[in-house]
Amino acid sequence: MSLQDEILSSSEVLDFRGSTLRSLDDIKELEDGPEGLNAFLAVAEPEDLEACGQGPLEGVMVALKDNICTKRLPTTCGSRILKGYRSPYEATAVQRLRQAGALIAGKTNLDEFGMGSSTENSAFGPTLNPVDRSLVPGGSSGGSAAAVAAGYVRMALGSDTGGSVRQPAAFCGVVGIKPTYGRISRYGLIAFASSLDQIGTIGATVLEASLLLEVVSGHDTRDSTSAEKPVPRYRDAAVQSIKGMVVGIPTEYFPEQLDPPVRALLDEACERLVAAGAEGRPVSLPHTEFAIPCYYVLATAEASSNLARYDGVRFGARLPAEGLDRMYELTRGKFGAEVKRRIMLGTYVLSSGYYDAYYGTAQRTRASIAHDFTTAFNEVDVLFTPTSPTPAFPLGERVLDPVAMYLSDVFTVTANLAGIPGLSVPIGTVGGLPLGGQLLGPWWGESHIIAAAGALEASYGEDT
Amino acid sequence: MNWEAVIGVEIHVKLKSEYKLFCNDRAVFGDEPNTHICPVCMGLPGALPVLNPEAVGLALRTALAFGCTIHFESVWARKSYFYPDLPKGYQITQFEHPLATKGSVTFSGSEDDISVSIRRVHIEEDAGKLLHDKVPRASAIDLNRAGTALVEIVTEPDLRTAADVRLFLGELKQTLEYIGASNCNMEEGDLRVDANVSVRRPGSSRLGNKTEIKNVNSFSGVERALSMEISRQIATLDAGSVVGQQTLLWDDHREELRKMRSKEESHDYRYFPEPDLSPVRVTQEQVTTVLESLPELPRDRCSRFKEVYELKDYDAEVLTQSAANADYFEELVGIQIDPHVAAKWVTGPLQAVMNQRREDAETVPVRPAKIAALIGLIERGVVSESAAKSVLVILVQEGGSPSDIIEARGLMQERDIGQLTSWVTEVLAKHSEEVARYRGGESKILGYLVGQVMHSSGGTADPRLVRDLLIEQLSNEQGQ
Repeated sequence: MSLQDEILSSSEVLDFRGSTLRSLDDIKELEDGPEGLNAFLAVAEPEDLEACGQGPLEGVMVALKDNICTKRLPTTCGSRILKGYRSPYEATAVQRLRQAGALIAGKTNLDEFGMGSSTENSAFGPTLNPVDRSLVPGGSSGGSAAAVAAGYVRMALGSDTGGSVRQPAAFCGVVGIKPTYGRISRYGLIAFASSLDQIGTIGATVLEASLLLEVVSGHDTRDSTSAEKPVPRYRDAAVQSIKGMVVGIPTEYFPEQLDPPVRALLDEACERLVAAGAEGRPVSLPHTEFAIPCYYVLATAEASSNLARYDGVRFGARLPAEGLDRMYELTRGKFGAEVKRRIMLGTYVLSSGYYDAYYGTAQRTRASIAHDFTTAFNEVDVLFTPTSPTPAFPLGERVLDPVAMYLSDVFTVTANLAGIPGLSVPIGTVGGLPLGGQLLGPWWGESHIIAAAGALEASYGEDT
Repeated sequence: MNWEAVIGVEIHVKLKSEYKLFCNDRAVFGDEPNTHICPVCMGLPGALPVLNPEAVGLALRTALAFGCTIHFESVWARKSYFYPDLPKGYQITQFEHPLATKGSVTFSGSEDDISVSIRRVHIEEDAGKLLHDKVPRASAIDLNRAGTALVEIVTEPDLRTAADVRLFLGELKQTLEYIGASNCNMEEGDLRVDANVSVRRPGSSRLGNKTEIKNVNSFSGVERALSMEISRQIATLDAGSVVGQQTLLWDDHREELRKMRSKEESHDYRYFPEPDLSPVRVTQEQVTTVLESLPELPRDRCSRFKEVYELKDYDAEVLTQSAANADYFEELVGIQIDPHVAAKWVTGPLQAVMNQRREDAETVPVRPAKIAALIGLIERGVVSESAAKSVLVILVQEGGSPSDIIEARGLMQERDIGQLTSWVTEVLAKHSEEVARYRGGESKILGYLVGQVMHSSGGTADPRLVRDLLIEQLSNEQGQ
């Protein structure tokens, strides 16, 4: 029996390998009951479970963020404009899941079109954090993270444009991986910002998130930005030793303003990495302070263009009106406030006369940020940072203050701008709330960050 | 006072690519609406474009045929505007970094040869089509055309008259057909022209306010629209007014220009690099391969035909109008047919047959070897030229060999002097008036009499012998 098989047959992992159809009823019952989290926008019926292959995920229930196209279930993006929309085709990642034997449990809630950091921007109501129902689960993949944290499923797919997999994983106390840009096909992932979007995986453990990543990764001829890189056995990396690994600690990610208890947990995590055989080394990523404005210019510019297709002409909602322009106005009025705000911002930054000042500057800044990482990874194997400056915040706290909401993405957007892989792993709790530590790696360095996360997870596991 | 027009054109050319630019649907015209569509060209959520390399190859041929500089890396851009025939709300095109720049086209203008600079050649996808007559009180959308591959060719403002624009477009079309880049089917909208026009004082280096004429899909339409607009601008300036910058739409049925939008209402297309596609990369090897595979271009071929085969200007021009005709002609010459005879057959009887059957020299079922055999039979006197034309028609319809057809249908040339003499005698007897006029010095009438004898013979008589016999009899009888 190989090491891997041993792990997969260990009792913890057996839990999910042994999932049965009955758990669909469980999910429905829980979600409809008083303890419901509104994590799911749709739960599959038993007849929807058409796995088509036998692979490492045979019989395993997987939940999908509702911006990933499925044929059997609606795909709404958490938007009234796509309410009830059924895609005539299936995303490549979903095909790969089914070929590996996985069963699609349902579609999870999200900030509309992935725009938000709390899942409060869903047109179908917010998702609650299973750790504390008065808190947000993070976002935009809040439904997927909550579903895993609540034990509805052991694994889920999310998407990460500026931290949307890592931040909710941190808020809910689970593991989230955003791989290298081009690692997972985006075909069938409904675009928010194409040059930043990447499907990511969420798992109850590093091993599960890594196994899911291994299954859905790989080149796809239908996505020109997907890479023709072989897919390593990421599940092996989860248990690899990190002896001799050099972990960079970027000073810009540890600002004075961090709460002392948060800071203390981060320091402890660093010590645990060192105890596991790694060497810590301070590094600098000098362009970090420009990341948020850079990100919000580029992401909104791309979003304003990607969301132009929701015009009421071919699919989705259409509000009939006299005249074409009025029809466009009424139909697109169905977008929520945050989506409208970003479309307007993006339209503005691409306007002639402003293009170079905003979009052009942001593109150059993006290159500088990416260069910071290239330089850092010449010296270190991975970087360790907080995933988010704070643990989960209360529902409603930041909905009326978009800038505060945007600033909470400060540690995650850089990985999307640079295209590099990032991972969030639980590193303890602050006042009972989970905190996430982020590991960043160079392009195609998933195995390194998985190994470091696996070592951390094992270290905390030994305490209990 | 004098005015001079300054004109630049943008031509959208549908490439002869089997599939659409970014998906696997076939690019065909005229099928049932919405039968060649998929998530990609419908702009469905989550669908992504994947470049079809065939289209890049054809665009490269186009750019190189016009002597352009090829950019080894060109970048896709999104051009945003809302319209129901544009599924994604943006068109994927090339903006800041096009495939090629700085070429030129030389053509025979109405007076001299004219050289027009090509500013740029870039690749882009087409939009769908709105159908206004399919559904009562509503417009329908056909997305079969959405996503098909186009090249846009943009000239510098080097043209000066509407007539020259038309001649330029003719040269451009001929070249595109020659290199196999486009079918250039005007009825199917394969070539669509926008023109920018302004007027100024001759000799002035400043440009006047320009207007843009859009949506013209025939060359004569371009000429008419431009003439009309140039006159309007001159009248405006002569009246002391200012030409307003605007976009005009040409209505071919009503022969009029309608204002589409003014400068203030013009679109901001918000171009930015397309994040779903990597840049188009072209190598020097690819450029070399395409250059080597380019055929001789029409203007060069025309000059060579005049020089090498000593053809008249008209014949050389007609023959080189299509590459297929020119190839056919050269094949005939290659099997030892005299160039002048070959030219006469290709531009005459063969062209008539092709026109009737709506075929070209590539598809017409009678191949050069058979025409050569037929010409050989004329030269040996076996068949008359007029009978040979009937043989050609039968060859096209039924196939077979020229000599078998001639024998089976009794189309051999009649050269028996006894038979010919009896037809001649008969005709002279019936046409005493013409005979008298001939004798009165009206020698032209001889042709008419030859024709009458040919008619009596059912086209089989050898016209040279008939002519000799007629002259002989007419002079004999005169002597009696």
